[in-house]
Amino acid sequence: MRSELQESDKGDSHRRHQRGRLKRKRCIEAFEKNYEAILSREESMRDVAVIGVGMNRWGELWEKSMRDIFVEAALAAIDDAGVDHIESMYVGCMTSGLFVGQEHLGSLMADYLGVASIPATRVESACASGGVALRLGFLEVASGMSDIVLVGGVEKMTDVSGGEATYALSTAADQEYEDYQGITFPGLYAMMAHRHMYDYGTTREQLAQVAVKNHQHGSMNPLAQYPFKVTVEAVLNSVLVADPLRILDCSPITDGAAAVILCPVEMARKMSTKPMVQIIGSGQATDTIALHSRKDLTWLSATAMASERAFQMAGVGPSDLQLAEVHDCFTIAEICVIEALGLVEKGQGGKAAESGLTALGGKIPVNTSGGLKAKGHPVGATGVAQAIEIVKQLRGDAGERQVEGARLGLSQNMGGTGGSTAVHIFRRG
Amino acid sequence: MSTSARYWREIPQRYRLEAGKCKKCSRIAFPPRLVCPSCSSREFETVRLPDTGTVLTYTVIRVAPTPFSDEAPYAVAVVELKGGTRLTAQIADCPLDSIKIGQNVKVEFRRIRDEGQAGIICYGYKCVPIVS
Repeated sequence: MRSELQESDKGDSHRRHQRGRLKRKRCIEAFEKNYEAILSREESMRDVAVIGVGMNRWGELWEKSMRDIFVEAALAAIDDAGVDHIESMYVGCMTSGLFVGQEHLGSLMADYLGVASIPATRVESACASGGVALRLGFLEVASGMSDIVLVGGVEKMTDVSGGEATYALSTAADQEYEDYQGITFPGLYAMMAHRHMYDYGTTREQLAQVAVKNHQHGSMNPLAQYPFKVTVEAVLNSVLVADPLRILDCSPITDGAAAVILCPVEMARKMSTKPMVQIIGSGQATDTIALHSRKDLTWLSATAMASERAFQMAGVGPSDLQLAEVHDCFTIAEICVIEALGLVEKGQGGKAAESGLTALGGKIPVNTSGGLKAKGHPVGATGVAQAIEIVKQLRGDAGERQVEGARLGLSQNMGGTGGSTAVHIFRRG
Repeated sequence: MSTSARYWREIPQRYRLEAGKCKKCSRIAFPPRLVCPSCSSREFETVRLPDTGTVLTYTVIRVAPTPFSDEAPYAVAVVELKGGTRLTAQIADCPLDSIKIGQNVKVEFRRIRDEGQAGIICYGYKCVPIVS
């Protein structure tokens, strides 16, 4: 009896061993299969087109509610696309709860757009909410889950006082270890600016040149909140917010919305009469939320990684681009971003605006829309509005500020001090 | 804007600079974390951070958030403590135009702000220049 049991145990053990081996083999096979799937994933994705864009004038829209601002932009995008329905929508918004006491935006906006019943999702990634919403919309169409998707963004910021707005925006930083000490967003970027000046010799005038350039561009954008030009002297004489940054180094508080319609390229070819614009690359990345946790205080590693992923997907590089819309929430931000995107060498960002490299007519025009600086920065809408500027440029619809022969453009949208970033690459045709 | 529970939970860090030291790779996390960002270990011991360091970068806040509106202008810096841990802290007790990158500072226990309608006084760390 005993030996039988032992025999049986032995047999069980042998069978268990065999089963284990089989299981492992299957695991390895499954992994290899999955690995192949990962490699071929991009091939199995559908190509995605932007077939409609919608945006109205940004600014201090006292007479309009957040829902109306959003719906106006969404309707403009739907009309531009010429579609009679949408299947799903994303709403990028940073903090409507703090700005207007309203959350649950997916439902609210679907309801007031008259499409209640469709899936509608609010997306939050601080000031990158719009860019991340765009990525989710892109993935939904690329995956085959939906054909016609609306991606919008909105922020209604002027219903609260300046102090409350500063507080609302500061929630994108580490509340307990940055904000608690009395730092603000201008303060965090000011610390990046001081370090950039210290490490690379970037000058106060070079920071001002970014504002001058973006206001010059913005003066040609009828939808911009501040479509006027500024001079270096005006920037240098404007009031200090957080040394060395002055008020004209900062993007404004803005009410605004923006929306785009995405669909598969094959469908766009059949139904759209406008020049084809495709999203050929999408990348997203994160970094530490606190600025002080980063080894290099002026290197935006999430922007570098997100753009690397987007460039890889698109099969192009920084030198192939004809324009870029980047997140210039402060003048120093544009300088650090163009370095992380590889448009200039690390440390050379300060010279770009000064030399005209990034101006209209330069080698790589940056922020032809006026950027966040002149166009305005309703945080949740910004990432979507960047996509709209690129689409207009690639369609050849950018009017006075048209970049001649634009075929490839990039948008870069980041949250906080760069704790999150979404990058998209667009191609005409 | 915030609650007292949110404040007292952080007291070991704010009053005593308590950090977590990874038992596997010795990386110090401030504030303490549950997972080591370097080696993914989940085992830490509590250590106290050194109280001296240098200014890596700084700013002077002129437009302050509501809890600090009576304090402006004041200086805030990213400070690297001896051993490499970094934190954000105000620089106190010196003329605002005297602050420099590379300056040596000492961490001190200070009043940070009042909170809520009851005016709870919140304490924490600020840095002061080391006069040599």
